[in-house]
Amino acid sequence: MNSEKNMTSSQLGGEEPLENRVMIKVSDLTKKFNGFTAVDHINFEVRESEIFGLLGPNGAGKTTTIRMLSTLSRPTEGTATIGGYDIVKQDNKVRQQVGLVSEKMIMYDRLTAKENLMFFGKLYNIPKSTLDPRIDELLELVQLTKWKDSKVGTFSTGMRQRMNVIRALLNLPKVLFLDEPTLGLDPQSTVEIREFVKKINRENKTTIILTTHMMNEADILCDRIGIIDHGKIAALDTSTNLKKLVSGDDATVLKLELPNLNKKVVTKLQALDGVKSVSQENATHLKVHATGDKAFDTIIDAMRAENAKINSVENLQPTLEDVFLHITGRKMRDKADNKIQSPRHGPGGMPARRIR
Amino acid sequence: MIKMGAKTMLSHSLRIAWKDLMELFRNRMGLVLLILMPIFMMTMVGFIYPSETSLNNVPIALVNEDNGFGGYNMSSVFITTLSSINDEAEMMTLTNASSLEDIREMIQAGDAEGGIIISSSFTSSIMGGQQGTITIVTDQSNPQMSAMIQAVLGEVIEQMGTMLAQQNVAEQLNIDVDNALAVVKPFDVQVKGSVEGDFSYFDFIAPGIMAMTVMMSVMTGLPAAISHERELGTLDGMMVAPINRLSVILGKTLAQMARGILQGVLILGLATVLFGVTVHGSILLVFALLLLGVFSFVGLGVVLTSFAKDQETAVMMMTTIMFPMMFLSGVFFPVEQMPWFMQAISKALPLTYVADALRKVMVLGADIPMLTNELAILVGFGVVMIAIAVPVFKRAMTR
Repeated sequence: MNSEKNMTSSQLGGEEPLENRVMIKVSDLTKKFNGFTAVDHINFEVRESEIFGLLGPNGAGKTTTIRMLSTLSRPTEGTATIGGYDIVKQDNKVRQQVGLVSEKMIMYDRLTAKENLMFFGKLYNIPKSTLDPRIDELLELVQLTKWKDSKVGTFSTGMRQRMNVIRALLNLPKVLFLDEPTLGLDPQSTVEIREFVKKINRENKTTIILTTHMMNEADILCDRIGIIDHGKIAALDTSTNLKKLVSGDDATVLKLELPNLNKKVVTKLQALDGVKSVSQENATHLKVHATGDKAFDTIIDAMRAENAKINSVENLQPTLEDVFLHITGRKMRDKADNKIQSPRHGPGGMPARRIR
Repeated sequence: MIKMGAKTMLSHSLRIAWKDLMELFRNRMGLVLLILMPIFMMTMVGFIYPSETSLNNVPIALVNEDNGFGGYNMSSVFITTLSSINDEAEMMTLTNASSLEDIREMIQAGDAEGGIIISSSFTSSIMGGQQGTITIVTDQSNPQMSAMIQAVLGEVIEQMGTMLAQQNVAEQLNIDVDNALAVVKPFDVQVKGSVEGDFSYFDFIAPGIMAMTVMMSVMTGLPAAISHERELGTLDGMMVAPINRLSVILGKTLAQMARGILQGVLILGLATVLFGVTVHGSILLVFALLLLGVFSFVGLGVVLTSFAKDQETAVMMMTTIMFPMMFLSGVFFPVEQMPWFMQAISKALPLTYVADALRKVMVLGADIPMLTNELAILVGFGVVMIAIAVPVFKRAMTR
């Protein structure tokens, strides 16, 4: 968006390796509600200016984690530090350097955009001479300048969410928490918010922790992803590395559409070196799992040799959905609760669940 | 350092209060209700509460069974006098009936509120040196009305009896009519209030209603406002900012207090204009007392806020507490009328003391030295409640 600015910031990054400094350190963080463990001894670190994603189904403990890190909820056990400050003992220091975009819009419908920002800005003791231009700048950044004197209650959901995000930026936070930032937004607003988050991260070197239950969002935005399930971090790595967990390093999964598909082709493919399995999905579609870096070429060559006509080839990369399935043994779409109901996890009633 | 902390906290509180009031004034419906509530309250208790002077054209059945005696008929004299008194006061509408049965039917049908029966031996008894019997029939299904009819008719008949006796005595002893009155009724009872002026039930009730409205406003408003913001999620926005947790509660209290005082002013205005209530003490003291009342109570509101999970629970909790308090704190009915255990509860409610102190100031024109008891109790109550509330609230906010 602003190439000049980008260059300066990357130069700055070059002089000092910001990325290696630990911004957030979570140790054994635990939250229990009336005997139900929402977050269970989680540990992770987030480096400065990183975008870190917490991916998991509803009720996995993402929001509770964010609430504890942003000092809104007191941990039952364990703690965390943000920029070196303890979230329990030095909560006010932590508050000064974090911003929170929560799932619910933090905004008063009867106040105008500017009044809302003014109100929250004043709570950070920002002097008016600094606050005024900053508000104008932030409104401009999300193209809300011409609505600054309109009541927020009249805004569309997309506009409200943009307000919600810039509200969290009023104190120029070092760490920004985003709890399901694109939940319930239309595709266009979703893209806008994602772009904006990336921009903040790039230009201000803001460390970002975001929670989401959307695989592609985590994939697009996050440098590293922690998969959280039943209050525990099940896996934590970059998106690419997580996917390797499922497929191995050199796996290829091809989906082929062959109008003149016959048994001979299938047998031939199965006999090929490196092909691990061939499954016929319907009259014209095949799914082939293979390993080795030449697998793709070998398969195509073999089929051409059989005079098989190829209508389409799809190279299927494992998705984070597959990763989730691989790690937890169930699909992400299922709510966390469903696991307990399924018979293979043994008997036991569902605990009274309290979702925060 | 501490001083600076307090200053920042106060400035944050004012910010929050200002924000709340801005929201309030932009909510037209809420604003209208805010103004209507005290108006309804005042007119309701002001006009509906019964008083003797409000007895107006009540239908009364009259049965005259008197047979007379030797050409004399005392009952007709009685009825004429009763009618002439009634013509002036217009308290009753007299209807003729034939018997007690008839009156009962009329009361059952709702055609009469009560009845008068002049006995058959009325004239003969009086002429024979005996008392003549007059029976007042009342409607037990309406105890208040029946008590009032009893009192009014009793008084009217008593007066007529006195007049008759006065004449008889004057004739028999051959003395002046005024002297005869002294013989018949040796005591002249006069009633005088401790303060000059004309007082009504309304003077008794207005201070209590003011105290109640202001406190109720704050008490229901505070938990509702906080749990509302908690549900909306906006409370998180304040809590995630580096502000003292107490500035939230202080700011909210200030806003609710402003709202309550506004209603208090409205009530006082209405009471003065519509019902002729005059404040005999200092107006400033009246408002100072209202603020003290809020202070004495705010701790309890904060504790309840901390326990209430959502707005609905908060409002229900407050109503449960406010309702008995309304009746037990002597706002509508004097505490002295209640049985001992109710009086004991009443003594534990801060509203009792606010209403009491306000009444002393507004009706009796009392000044601070006369209120030391009430003031001490209110301050004590407030300090204790706030001491309990602050840690409870701080814990609850980071659940």
